[in-house]
Amino acid sequence: MADKQTYAPGSHPDLPPPPGTIGIVGWLRTNLFSSVNNTILSLITIYFLYWLIQSVAGWFVLDAVVDASSRAECREIDSGACWAVITKRIGQFVYGFYPHAERWRPNVAFVLLFVAVAPLLYPKTPMRRQLLWFSAAYPFVAYFLICGGILGLPEVGTNTFGGFMLTMIVGVTGISASLPLGIALSLGRQSRLLSVRVISIAFIEFMRGVPLITLLFVASTMLNYFLPPGTTFNLLLRVLIMVTFFASAYIAEVIRGGIQAIPKGQYEAADAMGLNYWQTTRLVTLPQALKISIPGIVNTFIGLYKDTTLVVVIGLLDPLGIGRAALADAKWNGLSTETYLFVALFFFVSCFAMSRYSLWLENRLSTEHK
Amino acid sequence: MKKILIAMAGLAGVVAATSANAGTLEDVRDRGHLNCVVNTGLTGFASPDDAGNWTGFDVEFCRAVAAAVLGDASKVEFVTATGKTRFTKLAAGEGEILSRNTTWTFSRDVDLAQTFIGVNYYDGQAFMVPAALGVSSASELDGASVCIQTGTTTELNLAEYFSSNGMSYEPVPIETNAEARESYLAGRCDVYTTDGSGLAATRATFDAPDAHVILPEIVSKEPLGPVVREGDDNWADIVSWTLKAMMAGEELGITSANAAQLGAQVNDNPEINRLLGVDPLQGAEQAGLSSDWALNILSQVGNYAESFERNLTPLGLSRGMNALARDGGLHYIPPIK
Amino acid sequence: MDFLARIWRHEESRAVVIQILVILAVFGSFGWLISNLVTNFAALNKNFGFDFLSQPAGYDINQTLVEYTNRSSHLRAAFVGLLNTFLVAVFGIILATIMGVILGIIRLSNNWLARNVTYWYIEFTRNVPILLHILLWHGIIINTLPRPKNAYNFGDISFLTNRGFYVPEPIAETGIAAVYLAVVAAIVFAVFFKRHAKKLQAETGRQLPVFGVNLAVLIAVPALAFVVSGSPVSFEYPVLKGFNFKGGMHLLPEFVALTFALAIYTAAFIAENVRAGILAIHKGQREAAEALGLRPGRVMSLVILPQARRVIIPPLTSQYLNLTKNSSLAIAIGYMDLVATLGGITLNQTGREIETMLLVMGMYLIISLSISMAMNWYNSSVKLVDR
Repeated sequence: MADKQTYAPGSHPDLPPPPGTIGIVGWLRTNLFSSVNNTILSLITIYFLYWLIQSVAGWFVLDAVVDASSRAECREIDSGACWAVITKRIGQFVYGFYPHAERWRPNVAFVLLFVAVAPLLYPKTPMRRQLLWFSAAYPFVAYFLICGGILGLPEVGTNTFGGFMLTMIVGVTGISASLPLGIALSLGRQSRLLSVRVISIAFIEFMRGVPLITLLFVASTMLNYFLPPGTTFNLLLRVLIMVTFFASAYIAEVIRGGIQAIPKGQYEAADAMGLNYWQTTRLVTLPQALKISIPGIVNTFIGLYKDTTLVVVIGLLDPLGIGRAALADAKWNGLSTETYLFVALFFFVSCFAMSRYSLWLENRLSTEHK
Repeated sequence: MKKILIAMAGLAGVVAATSANAGTLEDVRDRGHLNCVVNTGLTGFASPDDAGNWTGFDVEFCRAVAAAVLGDASKVEFVTATGKTRFTKLAAGEGEILSRNTTWTFSRDVDLAQTFIGVNYYDGQAFMVPAALGVSSASELDGASVCIQTGTTTELNLAEYFSSNGMSYEPVPIETNAEARESYLAGRCDVYTTDGSGLAATRATFDAPDAHVILPEIVSKEPLGPVVREGDDNWADIVSWTLKAMMAGEELGITSANAAQLGAQVNDNPEINRLLGVDPLQGAEQAGLSSDWALNILSQVGNYAESFERNLTPLGLSRGMNALARDGGLHYIPPIK
Repeated sequence: MDFLARIWRHEESRAVVIQILVILAVFGSFGWLISNLVTNFAALNKNFGFDFLSQPAGYDINQTLVEYTNRSSHLRAAFVGLLNTFLVAVFGIILATIMGVILGIIRLSNNWLARNVTYWYIEFTRNVPILLHILLWHGIIINTLPRPKNAYNFGDISFLTNRGFYVPEPIAETGIAAVYLAVVAAIVFAVFFKRHAKKLQAETGRQLPVFGVNLAVLIAVPALAFVVSGSPVSFEYPVLKGFNFKGGMHLLPEFVALTFALAIYTAAFIAENVRAGILAIHKGQREAAEALGLRPGRVMSLVILPQARRVIIPPLTSQYLNLTKNSSLAIAIGYMDLVATLGGITLNQTGREIETMLLVMGMYLIISLSISMAMNWYNSSVKLVDR
């Protein structure tokens, strides 16, 4: 018989937690097998993962061929995916038919893009004020860098643009050009003037009501009928205009949400201070509304960025179009799965990164207490 | 906000309002290269290789025009177009030539403001089936599923052929050759129909081309040829005679291998002398062509037969209707005088 | 000058001036565009008109919900295409909603594995362009399912091939009216019985087995009528004849691929909306429901979801709109929707770009606006009534 030790109330040392609630077992129990339903769900998921990995991994990685000069050669080497179609044509997937010697130019423009958007998207950027001037000049810089024609840079035609570069150009131009139009439309939609309101609503609802693909058809086949005879317009520019209109309708709705989220007291205070409409808009409404809308704008950008794949329908060679052109080469025929998966993966990586950013922004901007 | 305004200004700078008519040759020379509208990807006619260089029968014709007017076959930039967007791209001035297996029809020539300058490939809609089906004639296709490449008159020809023969079918219309090909190979359809050349091009890319047969029935006339905008006769002449010069090259036995040599000596055949600029060719100067225009074409690109053999013969296409008239085909070349 | 300045300074008159200017600008630019159009059309010898719609279309369509032959008019072809768009949109929306709600709930499950797998699944799905989804699904379906000769055979009456899923087609014969009547009667009974049971529960707390009774009635009554009236339905079975199965009904692989791709893509977005909606419900609601002793499933279906619905519906509406508009990508795999018929083959045959695209856009606009209106109506019917 051991001595029965007695403790004063409150002085008992902590006992170890019951077995099965800590460590791996405890974690498994609370997270995977807490109830019958949960156990079933876990087992199904585990089986699904197992099936996925064992059926796909071999094809994807283990048996895959990275270096070969044709599909037939791939097949001789191994039975898996033939990624050689991508590695051999990676230049085209990235730059389209942009001249080899000039490819540093889009690279520089791409790097500068981050310099230009950093002060807009990340408020703690060092030297923000000075950088904002650069942001303002960026569209010019990028245009002349990519198209050339000045400072001894050889001119490069827009018909050589393709691949991810084209995706970036359409996406970035579409969003930055649609921002002012979207702001104007959202203000117009809230306007006290009937005609302004009606026109804004009609424009927004029209653009949101029809598929982008029909707008691209209009850009590619019909726009010329609506311009004075003899006007010729670059196709890429026509596409950019349509994409801008399309995106501006969505941006307008995002910003409208931001404007509506501003408490009424803000307007009343502005009125009380004697600010007129434009002063109120510039100093009170927009700074607050735009700040709230940034995550929404980023999301619209992601949507637009993904929608750029539709330009393939009118014959522009975005990554998907480049992939199809590769498939038309007798050497690479029949590798559609590899090509499409590669393009899918590219979009996933870039869009996922952007949506993470937008989520981070949302959390940072939310003033709600949790 | 300022940034946006500047962006707009930058965009506006891209808009070039130029006259689409007259002076095409000068435009091309000023620019230093030719813009040519081609297919987004059709084996044998126009497709980019791994290095990004365009190759194919239609592409080589563009190179020939560049050789004729600029003296350098490599000075061409290619603009891609689908069946739906091709005429607009030409009309909008994005290219000086549309070289994209385009069928010459009355309405396209007359109704749309463009000019067909000749036929570089006589084609017709045909059917391809797997050899294992044991079908030897299109009249045995009752009840079949048919993959169609859309964007042309293909659907109409097909509907007419089947209904005039009292047969039924399930149409599977698909926008691009890449998807149509995949559907056909997967057995989604029994038959694939489009222009005969397109079928041969597609078949050549199969793992086992011999396991598929192209049926003898041709259900339409498809004379394919390059197109230019209406309103610049001089340009149309140049493009048209570039094609004829390639064919004349074949007729006269001038190839890329011997063109330079023949052009440097006085030959027995006066037509060769005129074509290669050994003797003056009346009118070439007025048209704005240098005396060695055809020499450039034939030495840098080659004659019609060479281009055909380089691009189309590997697909299993024979000359057939596309032989010269003297060989029993349809290509008859006006005299070079 | 002074007069003008005075007008400008006065708020109301300034508003009128601005409005007039705006209207002039808009009409002016429209007029400019249209005058250009007229000039261009005159130069090209083209005319504007919709008479081409009554001409025979000349092409065939593989999925026709209404009667159509290649002698039918372009208008008819457009209508067939419109119905096909509707079909894909309706099925896509239903499927996407079900999948989206389930995924959204799993996303918040306390099962770590399921939660994270769903998370990655959703992220992958929604960050890949819809066109790729469509192409990939179409590729998978036509490449993995067997050809007609080796069709998966379900008891010799249904067949699954890469050309579609074939099922027997019921053909109504005389006497079918009795069965229809029985179905209607059973539904009416079910509705009334449910109402009655609800009232009873509210008054006395007694619960009736509503689901069981209604299910029994809905099955038994029509079945009885069917037997009594002498089985007035015969079936036409699909049979392999020549190249293809003939007879019966069949579901095209293009339709299946498109519906699946649209549903899966949209479901990922809906799942996020559902998750946000559920998270927006105050924690106290769940705790209160649990304190009352409701089981987790019931907490979800009786307390959380009905409230979350209000938060979910507005973003859900735009997802429905997106799905409908994305269905226009059918053109990539050869499903004959509105864009493929009217905006595709008809446009190519007739060369009427402006007219056909106007019609296509107009129809999409009508569909979009009707979906918005229906959802707004539903939204206002579930809205909290402020008193």
